[in-house]
Amino acid sequence: MNITVNGEIKELEKPISLDRLLELFSLPSQRIAVELNREVVRRKDWPVTIINDSDRIEVVHFVGGG
Amino acid sequence: MTDKFTLAGKEFSSRLIIGTGKYRSFDEMKAAHSASGAEMVTVAVNRVPLDRKTESFLDHLNPSMQILPNTAGCYDADHAIRTARLAREALETDWVKLEVIGDQVTLLPDNEQTLEAAKVLVKEGFIVLPYFTDDLIMAKKLLDVGCPAVMPLAAPIGSGMGVQNPSNLRIMREQLPDATIIVDAGVGVPSDAAIAMELGADAILMNTAIAEAGDAAQMATAMKLAVEAGRLAYISGRMPKRLYASASSPIAGAIK
Repeated sequence: MNITVNGEIKELEKPISLDRLLELFSLPSQRIAVELNREVVRRKDWPVTIINDSDRIEVVHFVGGG
Repeated sequence: MTDKFTLAGKEFSSRLIIGTGKYRSFDEMKAAHSASGAEMVTVAVNRVPLDRKTESFLDHLNPSMQILPNTAGCYDADHAIRTARLAREALETDWVKLEVIGDQVTLLPDNEQTLEAAKVLVKEGFIVLPYFTDDLIMAKKLLDVGCPAVMPLAAPIGSGMGVQNPSNLRIMREQLPDATIIVDAGVGVPSDAAIAMELGADAILMNTAIAEAGDAAQMATAMKLAVEAGRLAYISGRMPKRLYASASSPIAGAIK
């Protein structure tokens, strides 16, 4: 199955939970936020949120800005 | 001085809000932040790179500073709303600098989309600080939908052109005496900041003027002083402008 993470298409063998997905891509877990198909997923829901084929995920953090 | 700046129920000693972008190094940014006396700094929300380890930018900020996430890079209300929601989730703050850009060359705000986004975000409990064109009617609309302050631009973002339309700021101040007005964007030098404050702005938000200065920390000090000077001048009440001279020394009694 294919998913899109931060605009990049990634291949996964099977559906996995969101917290596993973050681990898989070595993404930081603190002070980030995640959107699944344009809806924010609360941190507490990461373990129970399953990523399926064609899902679009945005993972954001903070950078310098004005 | 007891002249505190209150924004959305929170009290600040400093009327200078500064950005975290464009600094040449973290050390330089930290020194500038410290010198500025600012108690609130803006940050941008951005995709986490997937191809490399990233350290948290937020670790480079003084923990005592309030973080104000922005919605920079958003070109419509929907993107700005999503960005604000993500920022709230990550930072556990309801505060957001709402920025909806109209085009890439001028970075001028899309006021219509800004208002749409503000309506939604205020309803969701956000403290929405909107960046917009220095226009009285737009300011009224933004306040009407529940923004606790309005943030008119002085000039385009990063232009350093200073207050391009002092009359607009003056009218906004006079017509909205109780509104909190924060001049955001366009300040280049301390005199620009002082002018905005003299016109009655409650605070100034700036980034490039400090970050791109040859000595950022020294410029931050200069900006701090300018904001203070402009504020003091405003609350002191300026002399009227006259077309002709008005002698400071007595005319009568001069020797003949």
